[in-house]
Amino acid sequence: MTEKLYVSSSPHFRGKNSTARIMGNVLIALIPAVVAGTILFGWRVLLIVAFCNVSCVLLEYLCRKVMKRENTIGDLSAMVTGTLLALSLPVTIPLALAFFGCAVAIVVAKQFFGGLGQNFINPAVTGRVAMAVSFPSQMTDWSLLNGALDAVTAATPRAPDGQWTYLDLFLGNVNGSVGETCKIAILAGFVYLTVRRVINPIIPVLYVGSVAALSPLFGQDPLFEVLSGGLLFVAVFMATDYVTSPLSMKGKAIYAVGLGVITILIRVYASLPECVSFAVMLMNILTPHIDRLTVPKPFGASA
Amino acid sequence: MRERLLKPFRAKGGVRVPHHKNTANLQSVVMPPPKQVVIPMLQHIGAPCKPTVKAGDKVLVGQVIGDTEAYMAAPVHASVSGTVKEITSILMPSGAPVEAVVIESDGRMEKADCAPPDVGTKENFLKAVRASGLVGLGGAGFPAHVKLNVPPDKEVDTLIVNAAECEPYITSDHREILENSWSVLSGVYAVKELLGIQRVIIAIENNKPDAIQLLSEIAGKEYDPKNEVRVMALKSVYPQGAEKILIRSCTGRKVPPGKLPADVGCIVMNVTSVAFLAQYLKTGLPLVSKRITVDGSAVQNPQNVIVPIGTSVSDVIGFCGGYKETPKKILYGGPMMGTALSDDRFPVLKQNNAVLAFGEKEAKLKEPSACIRCGCCMYVCPMNLLPVSLAQASEAKDMDKLEKYRVMTCIECGCCSYVCPANRHILQAIRLGKQYYKEHGKAGK
Repeated sequence: MTEKLYVSSSPHFRGKNSTARIMGNVLIALIPAVVAGTILFGWRVLLIVAFCNVSCVLLEYLCRKVMKRENTIGDLSAMVTGTLLALSLPVTIPLALAFFGCAVAIVVAKQFFGGLGQNFINPAVTGRVAMAVSFPSQMTDWSLLNGALDAVTAATPRAPDGQWTYLDLFLGNVNGSVGETCKIAILAGFVYLTVRRVINPIIPVLYVGSVAALSPLFGQDPLFEVLSGGLLFVAVFMATDYVTSPLSMKGKAIYAVGLGVITILIRVYASLPECVSFAVMLMNILTPHIDRLTVPKPFGASA
Repeated sequence: MRERLLKPFRAKGGVRVPHHKNTANLQSVVMPPPKQVVIPMLQHIGAPCKPTVKAGDKVLVGQVIGDTEAYMAAPVHASVSGTVKEITSILMPSGAPVEAVVIESDGRMEKADCAPPDVGTKENFLKAVRASGLVGLGGAGFPAHVKLNVPPDKEVDTLIVNAAECEPYITSDHREILENSWSVLSGVYAVKELLGIQRVIIAIENNKPDAIQLLSEIAGKEYDPKNEVRVMALKSVYPQGAEKILIRSCTGRKVPPGKLPADVGCIVMNVTSVAFLAQYLKTGLPLVSKRITVDGSAVQNPQNVIVPIGTSVSDVIGFCGGYKETPKKILYGGPMMGTALSDDRFPVLKQNNAVLAFGEKEAKLKEPSACIRCGCCMYVCPMNLLPVSLAQASEAKDMDKLEKYRVMTCIECGCCSYVCPANRHILQAIRLGKQYYKEHGKAGK
């Protein structure tokens, strides 16, 4: 025969899953949070989300171009980072600062280490922490653009003074980062990701569960601990990042409980905002070590 | 029927692959002898045979044309009657050169004198199995007389007849059951009696309900009063038919790494092997033809064809109406574990169960992108390995990690590559790692 044939190692068929499909599913799961943020905090939320998306994709494109690597914006991971970062900012954030966050996330945390899959810390979390330590006042300017509450100088949702009810916390009728306050929207995203089998529920469930279980030991109200701050958002969308979380189920369990312990310790003993982000960063660093300690036992092996 | 159906144990991992069993309902067709067959001297795992004929010799169907003194081997027989044209060297799909006997067919298919073998003792039985040329017909090509010669220190209590047929497209075992069900059963009893095995499990994936029902019915109580031959309907999860997975599903036992099924009291035989054995014991005609599934997007008339061994792939596809579109990939075996051919002149081998030809759309592999550590490869690995870490260790030629992550435990089923969202060639990397480990590993390991 004259036609040349493809010769390759088996398997010759591949499944339909792809990186872009996974990232696309994460973006879909974030839609409720974007919608809820817009309803609660106003149109500027959409502006922030769009701005961060464009910035992240542009920065990723330029980085790959400068590094002479293949273009990877098609895998949608930059959009996930952009959306996650946007949703963890206060609505009043100046766009220049948001751009700074995007640059730290995409350029420093992601591309400096070789791009998607090589970053050892979650890019969105890194961007967010860099902003929190560089611009603490702007990052905690929890003023509202509109909404039921006009009290501009109201307390942050991490400092209850009896003004919030559990229902407010659950519906997101409180000040905070734009995507983090509405727990229903986050739970909707969680259900979607779990049903589509994008994430395994073990990390969010054990993370949130361990925070709830540990809070009474430190004299805290478990329900308030779970519903306040960025815990739920980070547990569902950031702690579950494939690249920076352990591979095995056992590893994921250790990682999730570690997150819970660090979160509650920072919340009780430190005066930092962003306790959940710091917890994620710390556990991200431990991930390779957890992986090394939790190599699964091969089929039929005795040890 | 109910009580003859056994409930399988649960095995971890695996993937649900599309079945594409397009030829399951088509009666097999016997292909007339081609003008010429090329019969390689190595169609099994082990030592190659030496040709026992020379150019110009007249040969008959079933006549030995290659044999060896080596234990780990099976003799090779002429599959058509005619004249030996030449003894030549051909390249196998792996690239290894092998001697082959080229026979020009006279079209008469005259059979050599065959008589049912004497199988009075276990020794004679094993001799007969060797003489039949039988190798594992499921694809591995392990000489059957070696497999059935269980060392006396190992007690085998279970014979598992592998009719899982978990590869997409392939239906040759399925057709064997439907068209030769009595051979399957009499083969089962022959092996069971001669090796003194107490129980037999015929394991079939549940996507073949007709085969499950037929065998459950005919393995009825009149023939099997002690209820020792039973059928098990397995979940259709690839790689259900892989030996270690099958043993796990059927008996709950796990074969440790580096051990054989006999170490956990099992022998696994392919269903077509068992049926062939029964026919051989009756007629004495060795393994000279094979039922293969011819399918794939580039084949005009997909069907099961019974072909003389050594028939070229192009002749077989020609018999099935030729190519529907320009073939871009041709496989021996199924899409999950089959071997890609560089040419369609390769001969059909004893252990082949399918020839698949695909057009551009199916053949083209997507470009791999960066690993995102999603862990999918790990969740589907039936051996509970870390495919992604193994692939990295292979690429880095990291001997310690290859050892730590147990590279030799990999059964090369390909589930990891199949599910990888980044289209990474994980199994290909692991195969290279295995090779590297064999060449550079600690001796005796």
